[in-house]
Amino acid sequence: MEKPYEIVIGLEVHVQLLTRSKLFCGCSTEFGAPPNTQTCPVCIGMPGVLPVMNRHAFELALKTACALNCEIAPFTKWDRKNYYYPDLPKNYQISQYDLPFSRNGYLEIRSPEAEGGRRRIGIIRVHLEEDAGKSMHDEKAGRADSRIDLNRAGTPLLEIVTRPDLRSPTEAKVFLQELKLLLNYLGVSDCNMQEGSLRVDANINIRVNTPDGPVPTPIVEVKNMNSFRAVERALAYEAERQYQEFLQTGKRLGEVPKQTRGWDDEAEVTRPQRTKEESSDYRYFPEPDLVPVVVTEAEIARIRASLGELPAALRERLERSYGLTAYDSDVLVSQGRPVVDYFEVLAQRCGEGKLAANWVQQEVLRYLNEKQVGIESFPIPAERLAELLAMIRERTLDTRRGREVFARMLTTGETATEALAALGFVDVSDEEIHALCRKLIAENPKTVADVKAGKIKAVGGLVGQAKKINPHVDPAKVREVCLRLIGELA
Amino acid sequence: MRSLAGSPWFGTARKRRGVVPQMSIAPEEVRKVALLARLLLSEDEVAEMATQLSRILAYMEVLRSVDTSQVEPMAHPLELVNVFRDDKVRPGLAREEALKNAPKHDGECYLVPAVLGPV
Repeated sequence: MEKPYEIVIGLEVHVQLLTRSKLFCGCSTEFGAPPNTQTCPVCIGMPGVLPVMNRHAFELALKTACALNCEIAPFTKWDRKNYYYPDLPKNYQISQYDLPFSRNGYLEIRSPEAEGGRRRIGIIRVHLEEDAGKSMHDEKAGRADSRIDLNRAGTPLLEIVTRPDLRSPTEAKVFLQELKLLLNYLGVSDCNMQEGSLRVDANINIRVNTPDGPVPTPIVEVKNMNSFRAVERALAYEAERQYQEFLQTGKRLGEVPKQTRGWDDEAEVTRPQRTKEESSDYRYFPEPDLVPVVVTEAEIARIRASLGELPAALRERLERSYGLTAYDSDVLVSQGRPVVDYFEVLAQRCGEGKLAANWVQQEVLRYLNEKQVGIESFPIPAERLAELLAMIRERTLDTRRGREVFARMLTTGETATEALAALGFVDVSDEEIHALCRKLIAENPKTVADVKAGKIKAVGGLVGQAKKINPHVDPAKVREVCLRLIGELA
Repeated sequence: MRSLAGSPWFGTARKRRGVVPQMSIAPEEVRKVALLARLLLSEDEVAEMATQLSRILAYMEVLRSVDTSQVEPMAHPLELVNVFRDDKVRPGLAREEALKNAPKHDGECYLVPAVLGPV
């Protein structure tokens, strides 16, 4: 144990669902519209209006809960969570309290710190609620007012609460990455943190090792983390801060009220946030304006069958079917399903998974990153690239030249054969290479003697000459043939 | 504040005071509930509310005395489930319409006294 304590983390994640309209009304959920142009009497809380549940939102919620291995409640209802805040026009949020639509799930993550490399992170519950509006405080001098934009009010939101199963800030980050990937594959959310479609709060404390056994410190809720990197750094900071505080005060869990702290990304510290004791008194009661929802076994079965291949299963299949390493499958799957589909066509057509994985990771992804485009905009169809990789695989083309052909294919749209011909690359047969090597060996007794004496590097001289005589030869092949022939000279 | 004590509902409860168990609610609790509801009560009103709320709670005690161990909790008075709408965008309010009732706005946003943290 390098650290004198164990870290305990639970996350509360809010994810906006990818619906066209809001949860309880027909207003658009599109991000980026001018303030207060996507509202109606329902979502701005006018008297006398009635919410009606968006079917698609509920289905996306069910889909997510099934993918998170949750139990789906056969009967679920909504409740009012009462609090006053200017971005909440009704003064209550329609949420779920005692009968959420799902609970008791888990998400398996690959954690380098865990035994066996995997850990199941428990999900306490997933429930469906509405989002609040956005309040903006203008820091400009003389501006005392906060500005409220209610476009977001009423957007469908999933709240996903984990058990305190995470044991390090890195594990928390890995969990979030895996959750985001899963939600992307399901198509239920775009999980864009910049646009606020994924938000994370964390509960964290530590168990300090003492001669009397582990002592838990008071739990702190950390907010205001605006990226996965920020989550990792905020939690690392907070764990160490709690340890220092414990050393100074000796305060343990239960001896002080739960504290909320906000992460300051620039100062890289967490600071206490002002909260009033009664703010947590939400006085939930059943939402009389919405009727309950009943979900049948048949519907759950239908949803489960529609989930498709999820990231964890996909990684395993890629490793099994194409002989990929865990690293390779992870990189490919993290790019999203379309990249995986591209890879699969490439691997099947060129006949070698590892080669295809290398080319996708090095060449294809580099292009996509440079151009900031998705695989659907990649100029070379997988079938065409497979033709090139097959040549490389069969050693009729070396990797260096393969890259040149690839670069030409990218700009011209030619096939591999066309690009090869245009570049003047000529296929050199094995017989020609052997003849050339034999000739060079006969003409360079000094080099041959050096190689036989153990100076393997000296063979480079022969390769250089071979390239001068025939620029189309594969240097790696010449080297290999020369070494073998010299070895055969007794 | 308008008193509810004269309404028929409370009248009934009062007449039956003999069978209603006495509940009392402390002034601090009244103040807390008032704060949660964003109501500013005078001391007189706190006392009045304490009496009235106590009476309401006492009436709830009557209901609580009924044996409900064999009764399923009711989630909704209507025997209706699964009321959904399709995920279709419908036109909402023009911004000026939406902002019209606000005490203060800047033509784009509602303006409220500065909020710096949840209260």
